[in-house]
Amino acid sequence: MNSKREKLYLEIESKSENESLARVIVSAFAARLDPTLEEVSDIKTAVSEAVTNSVIHGYEGNEGIIKIECEIEKNILFVNISDEGVGIADVKQAMQPLFSTKKDEERSGMGFSFMEIFMDELNVESESGKGTKIMMKKIIGGK
Amino acid sequence: MQVKVKGNTLIIIVNGDLDHHNAEIIKNVADVNIMENKIRNVIFDFKNSSFMDSSGIGVMMGRYKLISNAGGRACAVNLNQAVERIFQISGLHKVIEKYDTVEDALKEFNAE
Repeated sequence: MNSKREKLYLEIESKSENESLARVIVSAFAARLDPTLEEVSDIKTAVSEAVTNSVIHGYEGNEGIIKIECEIEKNILFVNISDEGVGIADVKQAMQPLFSTKKDEERSGMGFSFMEIFMDELNVESESGKGTKIMMKKIIGGK
Repeated sequence: MQVKVKGNTLIIIVNGDLDHHNAEIIKNVADVNIMENKIRNVIFDFKNSSFMDSSGIGVMMGRYKLISNAGGRACAVNLNQAVERIFQISGLHKVIEKYDTVEDALKEFNAE
């Protein structure tokens, strides 16, 4: 079953209520790879961080669409989460642990660090005014 | 979420996932209670919660900052494995104390 590629496309409104919806759907899709509880929780955390990033920073609380594309290939889960929001001017700086543009709003600045820690690969493409695309990869049963 | 006040301690019972959505709700309810009830210590009870992301760190650190100026303490109880892992990886356990139960935390606070 795992020899073929399987795909999932999802578009959600940029709303904080949809953060839980996104992580539940992606983790249910990943369940096809029979992940451990720890792997499920890793995926949920990373998806939650990426979607929250779009809601808070990408669209800054305004309306917008967040696209989630997942793909399973053998024992690897690919998750891409993108928005057409304000984008990140300096991706390298944004990815520094504890860096946050919203410290006064009690953001811990750990979002990208968590995506990096809990997934096996993380790439971020962003352009000011155009949006942000977060690409993650998780090998299931890799440890 | 639910809150209980025991003496000068506020117990916040987190219901469901502690993500950005719930963090905003908890923040608002907690701060009103901290002000109105002259709260010194805060206990976050995770008995009804099995997930937390970095937004949870923000909300817990925020409440800690609020009460620590007046010598208050913040702790978390009833952590499952997933939440516990977030505590360890983020280093949150160095700031927010950890106890098994609400009773254990209250005993510790009252022993001061």
